[in-house]
Amino acid sequence: MVVVSRGVGLGRHARTATTVLALLLASSALRAQTPAPAPTAQTGGGKEAPGEVDPKQIQVPPPPFTEGIFPCTQCHDGKTVKLNTTRRKLVDMHDDIVLKHGPENRWCLDCHSAEHRDQLHLVDGTLIDFSRSFVLCGQCHGDKYRDWKVGVHGKRTGHWNGEKQYLLCVNCHNPHSPHFKPLKPLPPPTKPSDIEAYQGGKP
Amino acid sequence: MSDHTREPEPTPACEEPQCGSRRTFIQAAGMAAVAAALTGCKNLSTEEFLQHNFRELSKDELKEIIARLEKEYAAKFGKKVTVSNTPPLPGVVFGYALDLSRCIGCRRCVYACVKENNQSRDPQIQWIRVLQMDKEEGVNVLHADPYYNPPEVPQEGHFYMPVQCHQCKNPPCVKVCPVKATWQEPDGITVVDYNWCIGCRYCMAACPYGARRFNWGEPHLPVEDLNPVTEYLGNRPRSKGVVEKCTFCIQRTRKGLYPACVEACPTGTRKFGNLLDPGSEIRYVIENKRVFLFKEDLNTQPKFFYFYGV
Repeated sequence: MVVVSRGVGLGRHARTATTVLALLLASSALRAQTPAPAPTAQTGGGKEAPGEVDPKQIQVPPPPFTEGIFPCTQCHDGKTVKLNTTRRKLVDMHDDIVLKHGPENRWCLDCHSAEHRDQLHLVDGTLIDFSRSFVLCGQCHGDKYRDWKVGVHGKRTGHWNGEKQYLLCVNCHNPHSPHFKPLKPLPPPTKPSDIEAYQGGKP
Repeated sequence: MSDHTREPEPTPACEEPQCGSRRTFIQAAGMAAVAAALTGCKNLSTEEFLQHNFRELSKDELKEIIARLEKEYAAKFGKKVTVSNTPPLPGVVFGYALDLSRCIGCRRCVYACVKENNQSRDPQIQWIRVLQMDKEEGVNVLHADPYYNPPEVPQEGHFYMPVQCHQCKNPPCVKVCPVKATWQEPDGITVVDYNWCIGCRYCMAACPYGARRFNWGEPHLPVEDLNPVTEYLGNRPRSKGVVEKCTFCIQRTRKGLYPACVEACPTGTRKFGNLLDPGSEIRYVIENKRVFLFKEDLNTQPKFFYFYGV
């Protein structure tokens, strides 16, 4: 059994983790009672019980950085740009970012590490690479994190019975304004009255 | 069609080896004449007219038919088309789950399906229909609009419910087919033998989900849109006068791939897997989420589940 939330220090999150663990234990106990199903074909993805997927083994695409922005230490090297931890409205750089995520008083350094600019940090200070940002998101969105790990939240592509490709949270949700953006729908179906099927359709 | 009794008949005892072959020759020649007279159709070859139901074909016959089809498709499209006959995987029953709380009605699935499954572009045939529903009404088909076309989706006050073949465990469409041209495979997929279908459309009348489509006209499929990797019981090009339907992308899923609609969905609404595998996503959804079956009261027992992921 893999501990679901690693390095989360807050009591609320610890409680969530315990609940999830308890649920997992309960569900695996239930599963143990049910008779073994007929031998299945390759169950590559199915060998682990739900929730036991090790986040370290999840292969994710690279984070969708704005071109040329990473590594952050290009500018944030402590010399070119001096460290300033005062909460403020950004003007010269990154002013295109509209932060629309959670409470009003949230700002950059809640997630971005001030000392290690090429990394993110959790609430307890644990450093996290950008490629593992789902751990950071999972601190608050524990239910989504749980569902994502078992492939129910978000999209999986590849093989239903084998190798799968995941997406990071940030591949679909802009972390600075995470609400999924509306799309233009593809054209509606032709109404039956408009279908030209007589004499074999249009030539 | 009385001459289409498929029970293997004992060959009449005949001492001379030539006797049998002459009789066979005369029979075949007679049948061919009858076929030519009956069909009166330039597009239907004698071999196709005399072809048996898929499930009664021997391995050799099937091999011949597939070779003939590949040749016909290559001639029609000027491109190599493979027709395979992938058997169902043992210990697999496919299931599908669709998250109603996530679908935004963008119709990406509809067009990915058309591209993958070689549907006719004109007259237009689509296997997935996305219904725009009123949130106030809930799942009420009387308030469903499949022709919505706003500049952006989702629209305020609406939710979206894509409908396609539910791959019922108790399929009414199979029950009504007078010629047994449609049946349920061991992995739970209901398929159509396009060469055996007589186009009576009883199955379309029987399907409570409106999931079957009829080729009213000669299907037009531009060569550049053709998917050349096809399956006999799946996405091979169809002809006028036959019924077709979603097969959970049989040509992909029997090889372990996700269906095209699952891969196309930008919101991760669509989930697919093996219902017999307790570790699959589909089982997780059924065991942990609020799941409902569409028109459950009809006892069709769909293997297509709607759920609320939030």
